[in-house]
Amino acid sequence: MLGQGFVSAAAIAASVLFILSLGGLSNQEKAKRAVWYGIVGMAVAVFFTAFGPGIGAYWLMIPMILIGSAIGWVVAKRVAMTEMPQLVAALHSFVGLAAVFVAWSADLERMRVAAAKAAGASMEGFSAFAALVATKAPDELTFLQIEVVFAIFIGAVTFTGSVVAFGKLAGKVDGKPRQLPGGHKLNAGAAALSLLLAILYLNGAGFWTLLVLAALSFFIGWHLIMGIGGADMPVVVSMLNSYSGWAAAAIGFTLSNDLLIVTGALVGSSGAILSYIMCKAMNRNFVSVILGGFGGSKGPAAEIEGEQVAIDAAGVASSLNNADSVIIVPGYGMAVAQAQNAVSELVRKLRAAGKEVRFAIHPVAGRLPGHMNVLLAEARVPYDIVMEMDEINDDFPSTDVAIVIGSNDIVNPAAQEDPNSPIAGMPVLEVWKSRVVFVCKRGQGTGYSGIENPLFFKENTRMLYGDARESIDSLLSHID
Amino acid sequence: MKIGAPRELAKGEARVALTPDSAQFIQKLGHACLIESGAGEAAGFDDDAYRNAGVTVVDGAEALWSEAEVVIKVREPSEAEAERLREGQTLISFFWPAQNEELLEKCRAKGATVVAMDMVPRISRAQKMDALSSMANIAGYRAVIEAGNHFGRFFTGQVTAAGKVPPAKVLVIGAGVAGLAAIGTATSLGAVVRAFDVRPEVAEQIESMGAEFLFLDFDESQDGAESGGYAAPSSPEFREKQLECFREQAPEIDIVITTALIPGRPAPKLWLEDMVKAMKPGSVIIDLAAEKGGNCDLTVADERVVSDNGVVVVGYTDFPSRMATQSSLLYATNLRHMLTDLTPEKDGAIVHDMEDDVIRGATVTHAGEITFPPPPPKVKAIAAAKPKPKEKAPTPEEKKAAELATFKAQTKRQVTLLGVGGALMLLLGQIAPASFMQHFIVFVLACFVGFQVIWNVSHSLHTPLMAVTNAISGIIILGAILQIGSGSAVVVILAAISVLIATINIVGGFLVTRRMLAMFQKS
Repeated sequence: MLGQGFVSAAAIAASVLFILSLGGLSNQEKAKRAVWYGIVGMAVAVFFTAFGPGIGAYWLMIPMILIGSAIGWVVAKRVAMTEMPQLVAALHSFVGLAAVFVAWSADLERMRVAAAKAAGASMEGFSAFAALVATKAPDELTFLQIEVVFAIFIGAVTFTGSVVAFGKLAGKVDGKPRQLPGGHKLNAGAAALSLLLAILYLNGAGFWTLLVLAALSFFIGWHLIMGIGGADMPVVVSMLNSYSGWAAAAIGFTLSNDLLIVTGALVGSSGAILSYIMCKAMNRNFVSVILGGFGGSKGPAAEIEGEQVAIDAAGVASSLNNADSVIIVPGYGMAVAQAQNAVSELVRKLRAAGKEVRFAIHPVAGRLPGHMNVLLAEARVPYDIVMEMDEINDDFPSTDVAIVIGSNDIVNPAAQEDPNSPIAGMPVLEVWKSRVVFVCKRGQGTGYSGIENPLFFKENTRMLYGDARESIDSLLSHID
Repeated sequence: MKIGAPRELAKGEARVALTPDSAQFIQKLGHACLIESGAGEAAGFDDDAYRNAGVTVVDGAEALWSEAEVVIKVREPSEAEAERLREGQTLISFFWPAQNEELLEKCRAKGATVVAMDMVPRISRAQKMDALSSMANIAGYRAVIEAGNHFGRFFTGQVTAAGKVPPAKVLVIGAGVAGLAAIGTATSLGAVVRAFDVRPEVAEQIESMGAEFLFLDFDESQDGAESGGYAAPSSPEFREKQLECFREQAPEIDIVITTALIPGRPAPKLWLEDMVKAMKPGSVIIDLAAEKGGNCDLTVADERVVSDNGVVVVGYTDFPSRMATQSSLLYATNLRHMLTDLTPEKDGAIVHDMEDDVIRGATVTHAGEITFPPPPPKVKAIAAAKPKPKEKAPTPEEKKAAELATFKAQTKRQVTLLGVGGALMLLLGQIAPASFMQHFIVFVLACFVGFQVIWNVSHSLHTPLMAVTNAISGIIILGAILQIGSGSAVVVILAAISVLIATINIVGGFLVTRRMLAMFQKS
C-alpha cells in the first residue's frame, strides 16, 4: 500500500504530463512525443491511485482493466481512419456513462455513510471514498450533493448525445435533423423538470430522484443531438468532447480529487475551443448550431446565371498536365467515397511531374475537426503540403487549377457575394479565383445547407460528375 | 460509317480536314477513314503517314465522294463538289450559310445533311469543336509573324554595342481570340503591346496576356454577353471617341493588327487614311478583317499594299492556310470532336440529335430541309458582366480610429467579464465550504491553462487532439477505482463497469492517437 503522499505526488506529476501532452500537439513532430507524455501520465495516475490507501476489490478491478484494455486495443487497431468521427463519439459516450455511474455510486456511498453514522457504528473499514465522505461536514455534504447532480446531468447528456452522434456519423441513424413534435420546448420542459428533481433531491428526497434525473438528461441528450444535421457534427462532436471533460471535472469535485478536476478542465476547455473554432468557421453562433437550423435569409437569394458545364476525366487531365500549380480542396464527399488514396496517388504523380500541389483545408471540412488532415495523412500525403484556409486563401489567384472534391458550402462564393445568402459572411475558400476549377461531385444537387452554389455556374468551373474515387481513378490513367 | 476527306480544291488552300492523328481517334469511334491521295501533302502529311494510321487512301475525288458516307472538308464545297453530294450523305465543313444561300439550297435539293463548322454555337461545352476560334488563334499568331516579316526592326528593345534599339510598339484592335493570340505572340517577342476592344469586360483578359488596355471613358459600354460573346456595332458617338483615341496613338505605333469583326456585317472601318498618313514610314498594318472589307481604309484583300508614306498594309486572308500543318491539326481535332458528339455510342453509327444545342446549331440542312438559321441556344454563351462597385480605402485616420474603437470595446468587454466573474466568485465563496473553494481554484486555473495550451494546437492535429483528450478524459477511472472497494454490492458493480469502459477509453484513445500521429509524414 502506498501512502497518501505518493498519491498526491503522482497526481501532480500526471497533471503536468497531461498539460505537456496537449501542448505538444502544436506540431506534428512534437506530437509523436507528446502522446507518450499522456500515456505515462495516465499510467502513473492509475497505478498510484489503485495502490493508494483504502482501495480494495483488486480481484474485480484488475480483470476489468485487462478486459477494457483488450477491447480498447482491438478497437484502436481495427478502426479505419474514415471512421474516426464515430469512434471519437463512441468514446465520449463511455466517459458520460462512467460519470453517471460514479455519481450514482457517490450518492449511495454518502447514504451508506450517513446510515452508519446514525447507527453510531465505527467509521473504520470504509473504502477510500466512503472514508473521505465520513470526514465531511454537513455543508460540505450539501455541496457534494450539488456536484452529484451536475455530474449526473452532464454525464447523461454526454452519453445519449454521443450515442446519437455516433449513430449519425456511422450512418446507423438518419443524418437529417429530426425532432419530436414540440421541438425545443420538450428539451426546455425536461430541463425544468430536472431542476425540480434536483431541488427535491437536495431537500432529502430519496435516490429515485437521481434515477429520474438521469432519465430526463438521457432524453435531453438524445433529442438535442437528433435535431442537429450531419454537417454540423464537427461542432456537436467538439461540444460533446467538452462535456465529457466537464463531467469528469464534476466527478472530481464530488470525489474531492484535484487530478480529476484538472484533467476534466483541460479536456473541457479543449472541446470548448474546438467548438468555438468550428462555429467561427461557419460564421454561426454556438447556440444556433446546437438548436439547429440556419438563420432565416434576409431576402431573396441572388439569381444564378449560366449553366453547369460538365467535363470528362480526359479534359481534366489535360488541364492538369498543363498546369504548374494545383490546389485540391477536399470535403466530406472525399471521405464518403474513400477517395483519399486515389487523391494521394494523383498528387504523387503530379508532384513527380514537378508541379506544385497543395491541399486547402477548411476548418469545418469533414465531420470532425481536422478530419481531412487525418485522412490525407493516412493516404501518405505529406503534411507540409496540407494548408489551412488562412494560409492558402490568398494563393488562389495565382493558381492554375483548383480541384474541389466532395465539398460544397465551404467553397460557396455566395458567402461573400450575396448578402442575402443564409451563409453570408462565412469564411470560404476562394477557389473561383484560380484559373480553372474542377468540381468532383456526385450529381447536380445542393449541399447540406440546401443552398445553391454559384461556383458551379461560374465561367471557369467545370463539373466532373460521378463517384469521387472512380473519377479520380479514371483521371489517373490520363496523367502523364 | 466511312468518313472521307477529299483534297481541297480552293486556290491556295493547303489545309486538310483529316490528319493521321485525328484518324486514329475517329477509328476508335467505330468509323472507317478514307482520304484522297495527296490531300494532305500541302499540310505536310503524305499518303504513307495516312496508311500507317490505318486510313484507306483513295485515288481521285470521284471515288472518294462516292465511297464516303460522311465527307469532311475545310472549305465550303465548290459547285462541282456539291453536285457530287447524294441523299443521306453528310458533309461537315466550313459553310458560311448566310453568304452561300444558293449552295445551301443545292445541298438541300441533293438531300444531304450539312454540318457547318462555322455555325457551332459559342457555349462552353462546344469549345472543343469551335473551329473558328482555333483558326482565329492561328491567324492572330501568324499576323504577328507576318508583321515581323515586313517590319524592318526588332520587336524587343535591345542595348547593344552597336547602339540602342527601342522596342516595337504594337496596337491590337479587337481582343477576340485572334486579337488575344496576337497580343500573346507580340508580347513574347518583346514588343510593347496596347490593345483596344469595345467590350470593357475583356480588359482583364488583355491585361492577363501582358498588354495595356486602352481605356475609353464612355458611359455606354457594351456587354458582350448579350451578343453571344461577339462585339456589336457601336453608336456614332462612341465610334468618334474611339477614332480619336486611335488618332492619338497612330504616330507612336509601329505595328497595327486589326481584328475587329461584327458577325454578319462588313468590317467596321477603324484605321482611316489619315491615321495611316500619321504613321512612321516602315510601319506595318496587318488587317485580319480583310476578307470582310478590312478595318483599314487602304486594305486590299489578299494583297500587300504600300502607302505613299511607306506604310505596309497587309490584307492576306489565308493566314491559317499559311500554317497548314498547325491549322490542319487543330481543325481536324475540332472535326473529330464534332464526330464524337455525333457518335454518342462510339459504335460507328451517326446519330443526328436535333435536340442537342450544339448539333442543332451547326446543322444547316437536314432531312431535305434547310435548318438555318438555328433557334437561339438554350444557354447563354457567357454570364453577364456585373458592374464592380469600387471600395473606398479607409484613410489612415479612419483606420486608427477604428483600431482604437475595437481596442476600447475589447477592454470594456474584458473588464466587464472579469468584474462579473469576480462578483460570482465572491458570492460563491460566501456560501461554499472552504474545501470546495480550494478545489474550485484548481479548476479555474486548469481551465486557464487549458485555454492557453489548446490555442497553440495546430489545426491539422484537431482530430488527434480530440482522440487524446478522449483518452485522458478516461481519468474518470480514478473515481471508479476509489469506489470499487465499497461494501455495497450495487456500488461495486457500478464501479466495475465504470472501470471497464473507462479503460476502453484510455487504451483505445491513446492507441488510436498514436496510430494517427504516426501517419503524419513530411515530404
